[in-house]
Amino acid sequence: MHAIVIRRTCIVARPRWLLAATLALLPWAAMAQDNPALSHDDIAWLQRATFGLDSASLARYRQLGRTAYLDEQLAGRNDSLPLAIAALIQSYDVSSTPPQQLLATYRDQQQQFKNTAEGAARDAAKKTLQAYRKMLYQQDAQIELLHAIYGGNQLKEQLVWFWLNHFSVYAAKGRVRLVAADYAEHVIRPHALGKFRDLLMATLKSPAMLEFLDNAKNVKGQTNENYARELMELHALGVGSGYTQQDVQQFALILTGAGIQLRGDRQGGRFRWRRPQVIRDGLFVFNPDKHDFSDKTFLGHTIKGSGYDEIEQAVTLISRQPACAQFIARQLSEYFVADRPPPALVAAMAQTFQRTDGDIAAVLRTLFTSKELTASRGRKFKDPTQFLASAMRLAYDGMPLGNAAPLVNWLNQMGEPVFGRITPDGWPLDSASWSGSGQMAKRFDVARAIGSGRNRLFTRDDDTAGSRPAVPTLDTSLYRATIEPYLSGATRAALGKAQSSAEWNTFLLSSPDFNYR
Amino acid sequence: MNRREFLFAAAAGAAALPALSFSGTLFAMPASAPRFLLVFLRGGYDCNNLLVPRGSDFYYASRPTLAIARPDPANPNSAIALDANWGLNPVLRDSLYPLWQRKQLAFVPFAGTDDLSRSHFETQDNIESGQPTAQRSNFRSGFLARLSSALPGVPPIAFTKSLPVSFQGAGRDIPNISLKGDPKSHFDARQSAILTQMYQGTSLAAATADGLALPNTVSQDLRDEMIHASRGAASAKGFASETQRIATLMRDRYRLGFIDIGGWDTHVNQGSVSGGLANNLRNLGEGLAAYADALGDEWNNTVVVVVSEFGRTFRENGDKGTDHGHGTVHWVLGGKVNGGRIAGEQVAVNQQNLLQDRDYPVLNNYRDVLGGVFKRVWGLANGELEKVFPQAQPRDLQLV
Repeated sequence: MHAIVIRRTCIVARPRWLLAATLALLPWAAMAQDNPALSHDDIAWLQRATFGLDSASLARYRQLGRTAYLDEQLAGRNDSLPLAIAALIQSYDVSSTPPQQLLATYRDQQQQFKNTAEGAARDAAKKTLQAYRKMLYQQDAQIELLHAIYGGNQLKEQLVWFWLNHFSVYAAKGRVRLVAADYAEHVIRPHALGKFRDLLMATLKSPAMLEFLDNAKNVKGQTNENYARELMELHALGVGSGYTQQDVQQFALILTGAGIQLRGDRQGGRFRWRRPQVIRDGLFVFNPDKHDFSDKTFLGHTIKGSGYDEIEQAVTLISRQPACAQFIARQLSEYFVADRPPPALVAAMAQTFQRTDGDIAAVLRTLFTSKELTASRGRKFKDPTQFLASAMRLAYDGMPLGNAAPLVNWLNQMGEPVFGRITPDGWPLDSASWSGSGQMAKRFDVARAIGSGRNRLFTRDDDTAGSRPAVPTLDTSLYRATIEPYLSGATRAALGKAQSSAEWNTFLLSSPDFNYR
Repeated sequence: MNRREFLFAAAAGAAALPALSFSGTLFAMPASAPRFLLVFLRGGYDCNNLLVPRGSDFYYASRPTLAIARPDPANPNSAIALDANWGLNPVLRDSLYPLWQRKQLAFVPFAGTDDLSRSHFETQDNIESGQPTAQRSNFRSGFLARLSSALPGVPPIAFTKSLPVSFQGAGRDIPNISLKGDPKSHFDARQSAILTQMYQGTSLAAATADGLALPNTVSQDLRDEMIHASRGAASAKGFASETQRIATLMRDRYRLGFIDIGGWDTHVNQGSVSGGLANNLRNLGEGLAAYADALGDEWNNTVVVVVSEFGRTFRENGDKGTDHGHGTVHWVLGGKVNGGRIAGEQVAVNQQNLLQDRDYPVLNNYRDVLGGVFKRVWGLANGELEKVFPQAQPRDLQLV
């Protein structure tokens, strides 16, 4: 499985780190001839447009300037990864195997386990199955983090994470882990900068969401309101935005019959699934036999009982509600700007949303050209994912790691695991949720694990002979151009007291200057 | 400045300390203030092999390999008679049974939530939220957090690696620390001081200082405790070593605690008086007994409640285990607990009374039971209880 070549780090601990720290205190104007100096405003903007600066994003920004850089990011075409990282991801079952096949294989494995006679063989089969489930989750989580850290289009990568969180699914429930990677890559990513309605519709039809919020169990005569309610409350409109319990119930009826169908699971033979009312799309199936065909009144409109098209109509209706524009604008600005985003900014973004029929890229353009974005610089506390991604980007600056397992562990320790939110509301976007005393201490531990180089990022799990890991170099031209000039006195003083490069790195990654953006 | 303050100051770099939230609340509290610890058994423990319905023929018919024998003085592996209907798994003979005999332990069978999903994560989450199942309005608010908000002078702590849902959404810092081992800070005093100083004057100053100091302080307390307590006693193993550490903190510093223990999802070969479940129960029993011992006199001011997300199927399955069920058995322990009895609403244990012919019904909703306990422990007013458990009907089972 791990058919990848592990690149060992070529970074060595700087014996003269102290000298480097001294150099860092010099004005960096000496470099200005090659690299036009960026203003604090530019850097603050780029800190928000990316998970954290690395040399590549900085160079591209210098080359294009803010407007063209934003255009390029919003066009969303460059999802490139370093070759070694792409190869690592491709070596994982969850990305190299179609979800159909993953689910079918898993079903067979489970069946096999059930059929195994009691005894050692059965215990072994159970262990195998558990190990397989664990591995699938590791892969799902690693892939997302590798994209966040190494993805070429950082604004898009942030949006992929944002929407994964907005349309949160919990990997430990049922078969979600088998389809979580597919969910990220083929449901969320293609629509991350597209139309909100298409994104909503894609999540609605995704096996991950159908499994997680039980709509697969929502059938005529036995409705399950779970998904209908959460879609309106958490995905599109927000609680208290004016829809009623009646709307939820009507929407649940509209959604009856939308579920998952594994090929080979067919009941009633091939012919049944060729009827015109049946809609299939990948693992999604709309089964008219399980649909309630009554006419519905939803959000003040009548929707004629007609089958699958009711769902399309309802989703269009939802995504055109002013409440939807408000809700999405509010959430995006909370993620990118402030815990309590400026109302004028939210209003402007909502207006763009409505004007463009929910064009996410256009809404982001409003956000990233607003004065509110940079005016709030340095006041948004990074969530654990942003902290981890930015620390990795600063410490390794695009150099491919060989083992992503530590990333997953660190994020678990900091309490924000990918696909790990149990409730459907996603991880909180506000600072207070991530800055408790226990959380601060954990964050400093992770800063130390990265800053000291004492980790297994470049060591395979089965590699025990590994040489002593090297301390990464954080005191680089990237640091001197983007962080050092703006350091607070307290952080400068702390860095001055460091007794080794590992300690210096740890203090820097732990500093308020680095943890706010 | 006492020794602890001094140690802390040394760790944080003596000059100009920020307001320290946790050290500030520590010394104002009378030692005798009530203490509450919630123990959450994650995975749904098999209550029928803890509290054995020994009067039920149906129990013995339903569990051909897993049933625990009716009390029999000649058989050490038989259930310990608690009353005419119930018996205790004999693995708890030396740990919890003495507490029962001292009337410091009560059980509440047919307890749990009205969430019927029988899903671990949904039900755990449902319980930790403490909100009415049908009208859950806030995903980020746990009942212990709301309780903590109603009790500003009662220092809370979770003995877990990360803050459990129960304690989320308090709007103030609730520390968490795992005491599975001796907590170790990754930073020495000098490094902690430097890190703390970086955040001085920021809104995160207190959180940073507390977060860095807590492992050190706890570690120091525990070292003192070991010196204090090492009068030839063998050091405890397993969960008991953890509960001894917890007791030290609950005795000296904190008053509202949470701990969770996993490993109860016994679908296969769960055993009865030996095997996985029995080992877990023994470990838990020894841990709780050690907790009672370590608290000393303060055990009289302590209430411990043990809950789990659900019970298990009444009948054993084809794998000599049990599957996800519904009603469970809560445990209530404490020096002044009105114990030695089975409390709450009950029905006869027979097939007709099973829920969906599968598992125990819930006759004692955890929100009502815990609400009643909180009311007695802290004298909470109804309006405050309504915030902790909205729309619950707190029931006073005269447990405390």
